[in-house]
Amino acid sequence: MATMVQAIRMALHVGEERHGVTDVFGEDIGPPLGGAFTQTQGIKTSWNSPLDERGIVGMAIGLALAGQRPVAEIQFCDYAFNTIDLLKLAGAMHWSSAGDWKCPMVLMTPVGAGIRGSIYHSHSFDAQATRLAGWKIVCPSNPRDAYGLMLSAIVDPNPVMYLMPKALLRVKGRPGEEVPGEPGDDKALSKMIDQPPGGDRSKWRPEWPKLEDLFIPIGKASIVRPGKHVTIVTYGRDVLMALGAAEEAAKDGTDVEVIDLRSLHPYDWDAIKTSVKKTNRVIFVNEDTEITNFGEHLLRRTVEELFYELHAPPKLVAGKHVPGIGLADSLEHASVPQKATILAAIRETAAHVP
Amino acid sequence: MTATLTPEKKNGSHKELSPELLLQMHDTMVKARVLEERLITMYKQGDGYFWIGGPGEEAFGVPLGMLVQKGHGPEYDYLHLHYRGSPTIMAMGADPVDSLRQMKNTASDPYSRGRNFCCHYSIEKWNVVPVSSPIEVQYSMAPGTALANKRALGGKGTGITIVTGGDAGTAEGDFATCLIWSSRKGHELPVLIIVTNNLYGISTPYEGQHGETKISDRGKPFGMQTLTVDGNDPEVSYQALAAAMDYVRTERKPFLLEVMVSRLYGHSSASGANFVANETDCLAKFEQKLIDRKLITRERADTIRATYNQELLDASKKVREEPQPKPESIWDHVFADTAGNGAPKGSS
Repeated sequence: MATMVQAIRMALHVGEERHGVTDVFGEDIGPPLGGAFTQTQGIKTSWNSPLDERGIVGMAIGLALAGQRPVAEIQFCDYAFNTIDLLKLAGAMHWSSAGDWKCPMVLMTPVGAGIRGSIYHSHSFDAQATRLAGWKIVCPSNPRDAYGLMLSAIVDPNPVMYLMPKALLRVKGRPGEEVPGEPGDDKALSKMIDQPPGGDRSKWRPEWPKLEDLFIPIGKASIVRPGKHVTIVTYGRDVLMALGAAEEAAKDGTDVEVIDLRSLHPYDWDAIKTSVKKTNRVIFVNEDTEITNFGEHLLRRTVEELFYELHAPPKLVAGKHVPGIGLADSLEHASVPQKATILAAIRETAAHVP
Repeated sequence: MTATLTPEKKNGSHKELSPELLLQMHDTMVKARVLEERLITMYKQGDGYFWIGGPGEEAFGVPLGMLVQKGHGPEYDYLHLHYRGSPTIMAMGADPVDSLRQMKNTASDPYSRGRNFCCHYSIEKWNVVPVSSPIEVQYSMAPGTALANKRALGGKGTGITIVTGGDAGTAEGDFATCLIWSSRKGHELPVLIIVTNNLYGISTPYEGQHGETKISDRGKPFGMQTLTVDGNDPEVSYQALAAAMDYVRTERKPFLLEVMVSRLYGHSSASGANFVANETDCLAKFEQKLIDRKLITRERADTIRATYNQELLDASKKVREEPQPKPESIWDHVFADTAGNGAPKGSS
């Protein structure tokens, strides 16, 4: 079973072989490293850019305007903050020109905590990203979705931001989360597409499996655990956290439905609405800081449109509003939602008597 | 206060421009000037909310537009203009009435359908990238289109990317980005990087903000060809642009060109949009030169101006009656793959 980072790499390969990707670039994206997380190893069109995030975004916009198909990377989303006006410009390109220009680019960037990345390798970007109208924002939680969302992002005529939950990059998929065409044997896959560390890497070439196309539709959520009592709406890293908490809650007889949004924008309101109408209780979970959080938008819309469906106050479980994620285990755990935090929210929500 | 600098080096041929070309340049300069003055009048009469434009840059902007390899796609030139680009757009053959429509923010405004300020052009079929109000972002984007230019026709294309911006904006990091990304060894890009230096950033004078002797000097550490010229002289501008473009087209490498220009009506309507008498008026100067050379008479020059004046006055009256965009059109073109796709709740 492929890991998420292998799945991303395989999608980029299929993207450049079959779907017109012309450039995969960013800091340390090309040889010899192939990405800080190995996500671009063996990609033919990969190249190393200057250490200049504004330049990376500007280059991607220019390439996209000129009919190329770029996939650019900001090495950590923590470094994307000084590109905000360029991101806004990319999102505005089609609208401000009243449909005259298109800007089909993919911007991928690792997000979130979970690898002890300390203050500047642990940020989330959900709130900033979802404020950028004109962009589509996706965030996979497993290798299959990572593969299929990347291919959908590549063929999309709009700018698409691809948020990579860095804590999940090395996580293998569960049964049913295979990349179509990957060999069943992990070691065989690794031998084929993982660049051996150290030594002369210049001669190494990957041997790609016969991969099939898979397009996970942007804007479609996935119900990763059906349940009757409480709905959790989440994405990325917190999908696994929520599933873990849901298993615990099941022991007490609380049946939790977990929705993996997969796309933050456009998001699948129908999936949320249908689930809330069924369970009448909902918790929104993400890692970003809680003030002006994307989950707050979902919660507000739930209150406005589904108020009379609710049997308990809707909850937001999110990161603490502190300037960064501290390095120590105790600090990181206290800063972003953990399984125990989510479980406590489930219990409180399930127990609420209207 | 406009500096008049002599070209540092002689580039290409300096053969004299033909009388026909000079008269064509003059005609387009007049058209561009009259357009800007009409836009200012419209603003002052309440037919627009804001004016910003390029009166005073005609002697540079018109030759630029005339020399552009106009077309669609990376085989042709890409233009990343700033908001003083009307002379260039007029020289490329745009209809000045469309500029009036953008000023009046009508639904018929072809550049933004009433969404953007005047002189914020967007013409995809001519590779004119949408002009943005934030200055300097165009310098970050230009290397991207230039890389596409470089790849076109299997590397044998002659299309280039042209980016313009002002002197004050060169303080932004995006200007450095353009210098760095276009001059990477072995990956040089065909970009003509232009700085129109009017010696002001809104109200802040150039003096006191710049340590470099000339802005064009900033290209030198990157191995770039550089030049500073008098942008108030259309003949000098034309020759300099032709030489610089020839270099970029042929060598597929960047060139940094600084043109000294006037700002004849101040920064924008925010500073009053009144004629600044102590700036060099490139059009008046050029007109006098053509009269002295007996290429045109005062009467003929006056007639050209009066004719454009009347045409644009009449057009402005018609544009005033054209419909404004419909409120629900705000949801149009949020995304490129579905028309009118932005549901009022912003999703699904």
